[in-house]
Amino acid sequence: MSSDTETLSEQGGETQDPNSNPVKTEEAKLKAKYPNLGQKPGGSDFLMKRLQKGQKYFDSGDYNMAKAKMKNKQLPAATGPEKSIVTGDHIPTPQDLPQRKSSLVTSKLVG
Amino acid sequence: MCVCSLCVSAPRAAAGVGGGNDFQWCFSQVKGAIDEDVAEADIISTVEFNYSGELLATGDKGGRVVIFQREQESKNRPLSRGEYNVYSTFQSHEPEFDYLKSLEIEEKINKIRWLPQQNAAHFLLSTNDKTIKLWKISERDKRAEGYNLKDEDGRLRDPFRISTLRVPVLMPMDLMVEASPRRIFANAHTYHINSISVNSDHETYLSADDLRINLWHLEITDRSFNIVDIKPANMEELTEVITAAECHPHQCNVFVYSSSKGTIRLCDMRAAALCDRHSKFFEEPEDPSSRSFFSEIISSISDVKFSHSGRYMMTRDYLSVKVWDLNMENRPVETYQVHEYLRSKLCSLYENDCIFDKFECCWNGSDSAIMTGSYNNFFRMFDRNTRRDITLEASRENSKPRATLKPRKVCTGGKRKKDEISVDSLDFNKKILHTAWHPKENVIAVAATNNLYIFQDKMN
Repeated sequence: MSSDTETLSEQGGETQDPNSNPVKTEEAKLKAKYPNLGQKPGGSDFLMKRLQKGQKYFDSGDYNMAKAKMKNKQLPAATGPEKSIVTGDHIPTPQDLPQRKSSLVTSKLVG
Repeated sequence: MCVCSLCVSAPRAAAGVGGGNDFQWCFSQVKGAIDEDVAEADIISTVEFNYSGELLATGDKGGRVVIFQREQESKNRPLSRGEYNVYSTFQSHEPEFDYLKSLEIEEKINKIRWLPQQNAAHFLLSTNDKTIKLWKISERDKRAEGYNLKDEDGRLRDPFRISTLRVPVLMPMDLMVEASPRRIFANAHTYHINSISVNSDHETYLSADDLRINLWHLEITDRSFNIVDIKPANMEELTEVITAAECHPHQCNVFVYSSSKGTIRLCDMRAAALCDRHSKFFEEPEDPSSRSFFSEIISSISDVKFSHSGRYMMTRDYLSVKVWDLNMENRPVETYQVHEYLRSKLCSLYENDCIFDKFECCWNGSDSAIMTGSYNNFFRMFDRNTRRDITLEASRENSKPRATLKPRKVCTGGKRKKDEISVDSLDFNKKILHTAWHPKENVIAVAATNNLYIFQDKMN
């Protein structure tokens, strides 16, 4: 019985052996670097991030209130690569949001 | 049970020169700036030939479309035979901000799809993340002269000074190519549009985002039909998104969509209004012993394309290209490794996000060969008949007119032969995500970041 299921999986598309070792090594490397990396590989977190692409958090009311409270102090700016996902206590500032500019220049593919 | 007649194979497109023989690809042209500093807006995001191959359209991250037209062969300029020159350029999409959802909408052109030509004008659909537009590109080579109420320079004439009446005459003028937006299909996608596909009925088209697919009529902009909806009731249960979709080339009731889990669903619009239940489900069984953290990510399909014949479809995942027979759901009929040597680099490719790069793939006109891109400005071609494959490079060094491209090789082992390049020396910022093959001839367009390369087969 078990040999039947083994045969079935061997017939599967993934090319065997020489490849599974390097991938396992790579996986071990990743787990060593990021031990808390998602229990579900490639699952919900990664998909949610994909769906949230483009989401910006900027509330002018919050921003101005925070500015008023802080008076002369600087508002902490978002740091790190996750600039776009800003939640919690940090109030996004206009500096955190990349400037949008419409393209008026002709493409360089033209002559 | 699906009753669509997928067994009927449509006549194959006329074989291009060299079907079965090895191609000899030569450099033809390169478009774009040479400077090292690439502005983000100049990054090419889509490339598409029209049905005749006469026109070649590109879209970029800056929301601009540039259309090239092939020069007619003429005795006067034999050297420019078959060259593509700029025909029209326009700003298709602008950046937007959805204030209600606090969502920034990129102007990047995700896809361009041509409509079959029905009159003198050319039509194409271009889309960004949220809005699809139908553009009309038309030529004007005549202009009316001799108006009664205004001068040639447009100034209004004093009506009391006009003593005679004349009929305006059409006079030839320098060719002017105008692009105008004829339809704007907006507000139908909550998530980001990844695909558009014109139906074979030439009246409808589909647009797909991460979770839904809509069917539109080209004439109607205020309504679209939702035909696939995979959004779970509870978003916490989300496990899969739609990555690409395409209409069948001949059967207007059939379309396919691929997923981030490496599966393809074929749907028949005659079976039900909502095609949540597929007619066919294509998935290659995975070897459980090779399962890893990366398995699902690298199995995610980035592109799906029907063959011209309509009998096969091709899917691209991170490391391979697979050809499926529509009559066989349990495994592909052909698998081609694009850059298998990357398997030992998955950790760093995950860290630098390259593992999420979405490569496209394409068929040649006769379906005998397929092409897809890789890193280091390499692109790969596979001949389905001879099973031979070749790696070529799009670079300025190989850009002498009509210079034959030399095959490239990546060395994986210790000893690197002369002319080979080692995996660690590959430039992962030079990615070829978008390629296109002329529908009838052996002419290919390859987008290398901000440059567009055009190569032709020597025997062309």
